[in-house]
Amino acid sequence: MSADVAVVGFAQSPVRVRDDATTSGVEMLVPIFAEALGACGLTRSDIGFWCSGSSDYLAGRAFSFVSAVDAIGAVPPAMESHVEMDAAWALYEAWTKVLTGEAEIALAYGFGKSSGAELRRVLALQLDPYLLAPLWPDSVSVAALQARLGLEAGRWTGKDMAEVAARSRAAAAGNPDAQVAGSVTAAELLARPYVAEPLRAHDCAPVGDGAAVVIIASAARARELCERPAWISGFAHRVDSGSLGARDLLAVPSAAGAASAAGAGPVDVAELHAPFSHQELLLREALGLGGGVVVNPSGGALCGNPMFAAGLARIGLAARAVMSGRAGRALGHATSGPALQQNLVCVLSGEAS
Amino acid sequence: MSHPTAPLRAPLEIEFDYTRSLGPVLSQFIAALAERRILGARGADGRVHAPPFEYDPVSAEPPGELVPVGPEGTVVSWSWMPEPLAGQPLAEPFAWALIRLDGADTAMLHAVDAGSAAAMRTGLRVRPRWAERPAGSIRDIVCFERCDGPAGTAPDGEPREVTPGMTITPVRLHYMHTASPGESAYLRGLAEGRLLGQRCGVCGQVYVPTRGTCPADGVTMTEEVELPESGTVTTFCIVNVGYPGQKVTPPYVAAAVLLDGADIAFQHLVLGCEPGEVRMGMRVRAVWAESGSISHFSPTGEPDALYETYARCL
Repeated sequence: MSADVAVVGFAQSPVRVRDDATTSGVEMLVPIFAEALGACGLTRSDIGFWCSGSSDYLAGRAFSFVSAVDAIGAVPPAMESHVEMDAAWALYEAWTKVLTGEAEIALAYGFGKSSGAELRRVLALQLDPYLLAPLWPDSVSVAALQARLGLEAGRWTGKDMAEVAARSRAAAAGNPDAQVAGSVTAAELLARPYVAEPLRAHDCAPVGDGAAVVIIASAARARELCERPAWISGFAHRVDSGSLGARDLLAVPSAAGAASAAGAGPVDVAELHAPFSHQELLLREALGLGGGVVVNPSGGALCGNPMFAAGLARIGLAARAVMSGRAGRALGHATSGPALQQNLVCVLSGEAS
Repeated sequence: MSHPTAPLRAPLEIEFDYTRSLGPVLSQFIAALAERRILGARGADGRVHAPPFEYDPVSAEPPGELVPVGPEGTVVSWSWMPEPLAGQPLAEPFAWALIRLDGADTAMLHAVDAGSAAAMRTGLRVRPRWAERPAGSIRDIVCFERCDGPAGTAPDGEPREVTPGMTITPVRLHYMHTASPGESAYLRGLAEGRLLGQRCGVCGQVYVPTRGTCPADGVTMTEEVELPESGTVTTFCIVNVGYPGQKVTPPYVAAAVLLDGADIAFQHLVLGCEPGEVRMGMRVRAVWAESGSISHFSPTGEPDALYETYARCL
């Protein structure tokens, strides 16, 4: 795919437990829309297409994304769409709108207030509705089944998992938007109790509230909006079977397939959406990331995982690495569904094709 | 005591039952559970999937005749649930497990009543514990239990009344709902018998209830406006349909009421007259409930408002 479209702007709200925020996301979105638009010298009337990612089950209300449209200011009417998924997939829809020339500048946003809901239970509703969801298997327990398979197959150890968490928290010390950060050793983490054996708290993303926004533009507009646009050289997503017990949970064919389709190749920086420590290990392998790649310099989802925004934020952070000149090529990854069922890869480059 | 400007918060319980059609394959699977049998499907590659697939992941064809598997099986992976969540199969600590039933090549997710994490291990042999009275769902298997444990008495309860081919899944979700700062101000105003709105500093439109952000301009609104309790019916419908939890007996009128001085109508009940008397332009006034909210609107008897005065809000 040619680099016709570039990321030109990104903003995210700090990931926190926010008692003051509603499940419509408006309070979290208004400031980051202003930040991202302002940095590009844009106003909302310049946006040709808006697309959001959120979930009514998480919000506990019907059509919560319609309430969020208040933050857009949709008079006169705006071209607007929504996915009931992480907003990384909203960005994919926005990308197709720019590629096809329906919009020159598009904005994708995601928001989630997980602290008002029982996130582990809400996520049971994304499972097979006939044979799994009626049992209410929670998201942490399902991930723990995957973690044990890897432990017992010798693919990783508890120490490997703790080291992912410790490194993520150390990296997050430089990220004011992170919810969890700080210096801790793997040994200290391993002394703590299980949440869902074999997972401890450090193996699981914290529950927090947040929002993120990414602005993309056509080649004709990108250079005037951004000194060094992050050109989208490849963008693809794939999904594995919805039958959890029929999947090989130690392979992530949808991640490998998305990376291949996106022409991932060598990158300098990768922001991976791994809500559980062992999933970073699985993704590094599936995406073919070598030892020289800087993975999750933000601290990753283990240090802040705003539902329906965290995947989009990974792409925004990867783009920021390119826009700032810290990376020549960067990869942003997003996941959705149980145990890395669905995966998306966006490859960003400082060089237009 | 919360600060008077802090957003209002309250628990919110959402309950609904999903009634789903099982389709040709899962209907057989669920019907067999009521007979304490478990069925799988043989794929084009010879592998047996249990639970059965609806379409072969290799050939995309529907399965042929389903094949019996289990009912005993082997734990492939497990995790420990020390504090079970609402709705899960067991109330006491238990294991989630992927279980490969005898004769199958894929695994089934269910709970194992193992007593303690120390008693769980990969490779453990388990058998289903059947529900006393099958209800036509995956929960006709209560959970799995160790094969080497004491055998329970075989249940012989008659099935509950079930609709073949259908399964019902109750969903109960709990939230701590937070009202926005604008909604909170409106609700506090109601408790004092006042109707509060906000004026946008950009477009000048007055919104009621207060909502924090102007939906036309996307900017935060700060100017509060107190509105009178009188207004005009812009449009309405007569509700003739009953539903669970309905508070007013049909037929009754749900109307869009435009308060005098507001630029957006809100929905409320119009009572105090025959439904057939309600019309566009009818003048109405709020009737307050003792609990500090509006019970409904009722006609004032004034002459109807001219169409031009509310047409922009339709």
